[in-house]
Amino acid sequence: MSLLPPSHTPEVIRQLKSSAPDVFCLTDTPCDLDVPQVHYPQLPRTERPWRVPAIDAASTVALVFTSGSTGVPVPHAKTWGRLIQCVREGARRLEVSPAAALLATVPAQHMYGFESSVLLPFATGSALCAERPFYPADVCHALESLPRPRVLITTPIHLRALMTYPDALPAVDLIVSATSPLSQELAQQAETRFQGPVREIYGSTETGQLALRASVREQAWRLWPGITLTPEAGCVWARGGHLEQPTALCDQIEPLDAERFLLHGRLADLVNIAGKRSSLAYLTHQLLGIPGVRDGAFFFPDAEPVPEPQRARLAAAAVAPELSAADIRSALRGRIDPVFLPRPLLLLERLPRNSTGKLPHEALCALLAPRPQLP
Amino acid sequence: MSMPELAPTLPAAAAGALESELAELIVAALNLDVPAAQIDPQARLYGEGLGLDSIDILEIALVVSKHYGVQLRADGAENTQIFRSLRDLAAYVAAHRTK
Repeated sequence: MSLLPPSHTPEVIRQLKSSAPDVFCLTDTPCDLDVPQVHYPQLPRTERPWRVPAIDAASTVALVFTSGSTGVPVPHAKTWGRLIQCVREGARRLEVSPAAALLATVPAQHMYGFESSVLLPFATGSALCAERPFYPADVCHALESLPRPRVLITTPIHLRALMTYPDALPAVDLIVSATSPLSQELAQQAETRFQGPVREIYGSTETGQLALRASVREQAWRLWPGITLTPEAGCVWARGGHLEQPTALCDQIEPLDAERFLLHGRLADLVNIAGKRSSLAYLTHQLLGIPGVRDGAFFFPDAEPVPEPQRARLAAAAVAPELSAADIRSALRGRIDPVFLPRPLLLLERLPRNSTGKLPHEALCALLAPRPQLP
Repeated sequence: MSMPELAPTLPAAAAGALESELAELIVAALNLDVPAAQIDPQARLYGEGLGLDSIDILEIALVVSKHYGVQLRADGAENTQIFRSLRDLAAYVAAHRTK
């Protein structure tokens, strides 16, 4: 059984230990996680033929967590059979050949990275580059060192950064993007400069990969076989195929026909920043959990549109007379992933609650409106 | 006063100017609610200190490459090493800038 924490904040590790008391960390480089560590030895090279073990399709091989609205992460058990069924279908659609060399700019600790950089090589026999380069120049260098066909597993944010690289980009035979929708413009630019096709995957932690589109020429997403979508009570449910159970999707989805749908954005309370998901309710719960914070809320500012796919930033307001903004930021850093840290964080005497105690979104955004520029 | 006595102060002043310029660029690019002048040149930019995350770092890398013609390279080291502090970043930019 593997546990895949979304981040290594002390709060996440504490929750991990309380849900799995016997948890330990298998690692090849010593790290500072507060759990017992087992160092995985460098394996000696062997010339002996090695048989890939068969894994029981029904066995649970991974637990992946989504943040629940009450502050306790919700585990989702993944069985080997369904996981690999989903990824094999992805490999078929992406036409990943066994000779391919994969390079990922995304970590393996979230569902997209897990499927596309860990399981995809298992499913296809292709090779994964051990490096996970970060800066555009490093990505180009790593790509150049790989034999073709080359596959780049990335995100809109990384792709946008790569498009600013001033020199010629190495040829890439397939570019895969996920975590947030790619604009047609950026997809076209990536296809031109990498001289290869861009494919986008839509999925979630609960469901794994669900649909794919050729971003340059398709608006609509094409579902994995056997998956059906049904609108019910304000959201769309996915069923069948490789899914462990019927799952409500957290996005505004418009089914077009049995196989295709359009994606219009996220539902109001849900936050998806740089592929990390949370909810305003969860983040607010974490803010209120800080000793000294008497009231508080996270919200999405109605900012002027930022050049896509630059990520949005959350804002927060708090009532905490004894604390400074730096105290609260530092406490939040121990509780939530840094991508959700509020910017700005406002300290107020009271929140603009209405007569029923609710916080209207407009009232929260109004707090941000007239921000005097500091000299 | 002879020129050699002045010389040591000049690079320091230039480094200070580059630090302030970078601080302004970072605050503007990331929409930080901290005045640029308040960023301690020796405080950590990543994680603690300013609390920047890896996507912020990528954002700054873009701004830096645009302004100074520097392509940041981790070259196997920690991605964020260049970003230990404003001073480290300024030193990296000064050493690699092409414009």
